[in-house]
Amino acid sequence: MAEQRIVRTVIPLLRRDLILASLKRGERLDGRGLQDVRQFTVRTNYVSKAEGSALVELGKTKVIAGVKTSLVNPFMDTPDQGVLIVNAELSPLASPFFEAGPPGEEDIELARVIDRGLRSAPAIDFGKLAIIPGVKVWGIYVDIYPLDYDGNLIDASGIAAMAALLSAKLPKVKVEDNRVSLLEEYERMPIVRRVAYVSIVKIGNHLVVDPTLEEEFVSDARITFAITEDGNICAIQKGGAGSFTVKELLDAQETAFQAAERIFSVLRSL
Amino acid sequence: MIKRAAQVKLIDEQGRRVDGRLPDEMRPLRIEVGKLKSADGSAYVELGSNKVIAAVYGPREVVPRHEVIPDRALLRCRYAMLPFSVAERKSPQPTRREIEISKVVREALVPAVFLEEYPRTAIDVYINVLEADGGTRTASIIAAATALADAGIAMRDLVAAVAIGKIGNLLVVDINGVEDQYGDGDMPIAMMPRYGEITLIQADGVFTKEEVKRALELASKHIDEIHRLQIKALKETYAKIEEGE
Amino acid sequence: MASTLMSGEKRIVVPGDLVQDRAKARVEGAVYKVNSQIRSKVLGVVLSDDGGKTLKVVPLKGKYIPSEGDLVIGKIVEVGFTSWTVDINSPYLAVLPVSEVTSKPVTIPRSDLSKILDEGDLILARVVSFDKSKEPVLTIKESRLGKIERGIVVEISPNKVPRVIGKKGSMVKLLEELLEVNIIVGQNGRVLVVGRNEKREELAAIVIKKIEAEAHTEGLTSKVREYIKARLT
Repeated sequence: MAEQRIVRTVIPLLRRDLILASLKRGERLDGRGLQDVRQFTVRTNYVSKAEGSALVELGKTKVIAGVKTSLVNPFMDTPDQGVLIVNAELSPLASPFFEAGPPGEEDIELARVIDRGLRSAPAIDFGKLAIIPGVKVWGIYVDIYPLDYDGNLIDASGIAAMAALLSAKLPKVKVEDNRVSLLEEYERMPIVRRVAYVSIVKIGNHLVVDPTLEEEFVSDARITFAITEDGNICAIQKGGAGSFTVKELLDAQETAFQAAERIFSVLRSL
Repeated sequence: MIKRAAQVKLIDEQGRRVDGRLPDEMRPLRIEVGKLKSADGSAYVELGSNKVIAAVYGPREVVPRHEVIPDRALLRCRYAMLPFSVAERKSPQPTRREIEISKVVREALVPAVFLEEYPRTAIDVYINVLEADGGTRTASIIAAATALADAGIAMRDLVAAVAIGKIGNLLVVDINGVEDQYGDGDMPIAMMPRYGEITLIQADGVFTKEEVKRALELASKHIDEIHRLQIKALKETYAKIEEGE
Repeated sequence: MASTLMSGEKRIVVPGDLVQDRAKARVEGAVYKVNSQIRSKVLGVVLSDDGGKTLKVVPLKGKYIPSEGDLVIGKIVEVGFTSWTVDINSPYLAVLPVSEVTSKPVTIPRSDLSKILDEGDLILARVVSFDKSKEPVLTIKESRLGKIERGIVVEISPNKVPRVIGKKGSMVKLLEELLEVNIIVGQNGRVLVVGRNEKREELAAIVIKKIEAEAHTEGLTSKVREYIKARLT
């Protein structure tokens, strides 16, 4: 709820006009083209106590994601699959616009969109995570914490989560008499495909990729595509108070695929 | 979560779905307007076995005061499934799923409402799912948009919605509970039909670019039909009242 | 396009319905324009005037949103230092400044302000201004405005006010004649009835509620006449 109020009172109209004028000329205030993703860096194994972790800096937006694993009981309807739980918290540390307290709708939406992409792709071979089917499986916890909010938390969080998983290690296990023991050796998380998240906002009639905070504030609506390495869409999420025509949506989809390539080129090196 | 249960056959040899429908068929839709007397506007929707009720209160004073927006109305939405709406009792505490749905439903309705007509007020939309069978969020949007109109709130258009699913390589319209659980994709879409503007789109599962395009075409077609039913329900209710029945 | 449902002479419309069916008609009321098409904003009826030269979309439902010039019946809910807060049956609370009560300059402390108008008092007022970024401002400076000392106030849905008034005031005139009462209809759905005794006032209140309930039935005027006649004897 706070978000709606903030958007209306913070950005004066003057700034929106400036941004629109720039977009008409095909450029943005930071000099990027409308379809350009910001420069970004990924540092994996940032936190040694986590089984996997990554710190991403996408422009000035910073997100850290950590992967923790533990032995859990499988869900009743999927006894032969591991469990994935994705969580996110928009801590007030990251922005004057975030409030302390229990997860709000923004935190929850972020976590669920990232979860959806990873789960649908599927990014992980969940079957390989079953140790004793019906009894014990690996539980993979991905926790996402933005540290600095300058727009586009979804894409930055997606890179962080994917990178953390790609670099994550699982202890090898031994099963004897229905008991599981952890060995000192490790193996890689069974990732079967990479997923990239690309968010595009609509400002006036312009579709703008990887928005900064200011661009988000003056935008009417947002569309996020989660794209797999094999060229499919594994999640879509529209957000914001505006709308898209069918043509705008399909154009955004095309643009998202192009932008995804930049993200994959970095993820492939991990 | 998308799971493939080999035992559940979602499409038979005649191309019929588990409930006998063809891929391009929607479930029966019934809309009743204005049955709740305390609310400023209301609508009850049955979509297959789904039973959803939406109540609108507003425009009214904003409480808490600090949430007031100076130049427009604050539209709030709360989607909640009742504990007995599903097979396994659902705890009354709001789940993360309900919170996300409340957000996307609100964002599906906002583009249609002339919020600037009612500055410094709140328009509250409450949705209760009495019975769930796949597609509750689309049924909720159908009900909520109708309820907003019933409350006399100024809107550009009604909003209608349908979920397109995927079974193997086949796109199907208006997936039910079983198809949602065991199918290969779920794409709820809401639009303002007169303008062709998409106000909600989500997807779960794997779709090709071509499938996304076709899903939008399919959805558009059925959304027009739903829209006609919403209009009919509103007009017939008020024609009766006007004629003093 | 959408089905045309009529109620007697009137076409019912929903948000988004195309209103203008004749290129030359002027369209007013709850409408909006997009791409030179005029569409309804609300669930309402299309009234036509002068043989269809002017069309007006009137909402069937909705709260009372004040307009400048509206006559309203308000209830004092708070006494301030230089103004009163007034409930006018709207999502917006109104303000009656001391300067709109009397033309004489006023410099009296709050305790005396309540001597002029106190919490719970009913007033007949007019909306002086409402720019939506602030509360609506009322005045009671005109001669027939001011504190309501006698009579009873009935509350109806603001959308039914035109029906209670009737074409060119015909319904109100009928009630006043038959019941020997004085009726003032506030745009905000509150109606003041002042009669020679309580019984007349109560009967008038019941009749007004009845008109609200059957607002668009055929032959309402004669029904009302019969109803009153039966109860006056």
